[in-house]
Amino acid sequence: MSAELALTVNGKPATAREGSNLAQFAEELGLPPRGVAIALDGEIVPRSQWAFTLVTKGCAIEVVSIAAGG
Amino acid sequence: MEHRYPPLVVGGHEFASRLITGTGAMTSLAMLRESLVASGTSLTTVAIRRFDPRASVGLFDLLQELKLVVLPNTAGCYSAREAVTTARLAAEALGTDLVKVEVIADDTSLLPDPMETLRATEELAGAGFRVMAYLSDDPILARRAEQAGASAVMPLGSPIGSGLGILNPYNIGMIAENARVPVILDAGVGTASDAALAMELGCSGVLVASAVNRAEDPPRMAAAISAAVEAGYLARGAGRIAKRTQALATSPGEGMPELL
Repeated sequence: MSAELALTVNGKPATAREGSNLAQFAEELGLPPRGVAIALDGEIVPRSQWAFTLVTKGCAIEVVSIAAGG
Repeated sequence: MEHRYPPLVVGGHEFASRLITGTGAMTSLAMLRESLVASGTSLTTVAIRRFDPRASVGLFDLLQELKLVVLPNTAGCYSAREAVTTARLAAEALGTDLVKVEVIADDTSLLPDPMETLRATEELAGAGFRVMAYLSDDPILARRAEQAGASAVMPLGSPIGSGLGILNPYNIGMIAENARVPVILDAGVGTASDAALAMELGCSGVLVASAVNRAEDPPRMAAAISAAVEAGYLARGAGRIAKRTQALATSPGEGMPELL
C-alpha cells in the first residue's frame, strides 16, 4: 500500500496517494469532466497539465466552479 | 425567441437578446430555469466559488441545456489581483474569454472600486479577455474603462439589489452618448420601466438579477423586463418628442362651432 499525503482541498484537510498527479486526484475527488478549475498553491493548473502535475505533501488545492450569483 | 432589435455584439460575441440575466438569489434551480426561459436571455452571469458538487453541477448542466452563454463575474473580489485570478480560473473552468469585472469597495455599499476595477480591466484586456466592466455611473470612469480595453462598460443605475432604478439618467445618457463600446445598464433595476428607461437613454442592453430573482413572480417579471428592453430600444430609435414646460395642443383651434 502506498503512503498517503496530507494536504488541503478548499481549505479542508484531505489525503492523496503518494505519487499521484492532479488528474488522478481529481478523479478520486469525483470532479466532473468540465466546468471546474484547479489552483495548486495559488497557481492555476490548466486541465491539460493535470496529468503532469504531482500532488505534494502539504499542498493547498483550490477547486472552483460556477455558482449562482450576480 | 425573436427580438425586435439587432443582436448585441460584445468583443466579437453576438447575443440575440439585449437582456443579460443574473443567476443569484433565486429560490430554486427550477424557478431559475423558468425565469431564464421567460427572459429570452442569451447571456447569463455566474459567480466563481469553491466547487460544491450539489450546487455547481446542476447549474452548469442547466445553462448548457438552455444553450446560454455563461458570463463569469468576479463578484466578491476587493482587489484587481483577486479579480484577475478569478477571471483566469473562470476562463479555465468554462473555456471562455468573457468576464464581467466586478471589484467592490466594501460589503455594505457594494459600490465598485474604480481604481481596482480599472487595473483589473487593463490587465485582463491586455491578456486577451473580453472585459465587461462594472462601474459607477461616472462618464469619465466609463471613458477610462474603455481606454483600458473594456469590451463593454456596465454603469450602475443604483446600488446592487436596491431596486432604486436609474438615479442619474443624465450620467447614463452621457455615458451612452460617448461610448464606442456597448453600454449595459447594470445594477439597480427594480422593475420593467427602469429597463425601458435605460434603453431609451441609449444603453445597448440591461443586466438584471434581483429585479427578477427576488420578484414575487420571477418568470413574469423576466418576461416584463424582456418586453421593456425591446420597448425602450424601439422608443429610442423612434425619437421622442422634446420635453416642454407648457402644454401644446394636438387638436386644431380653428373650426370650433359656436355652442353658446
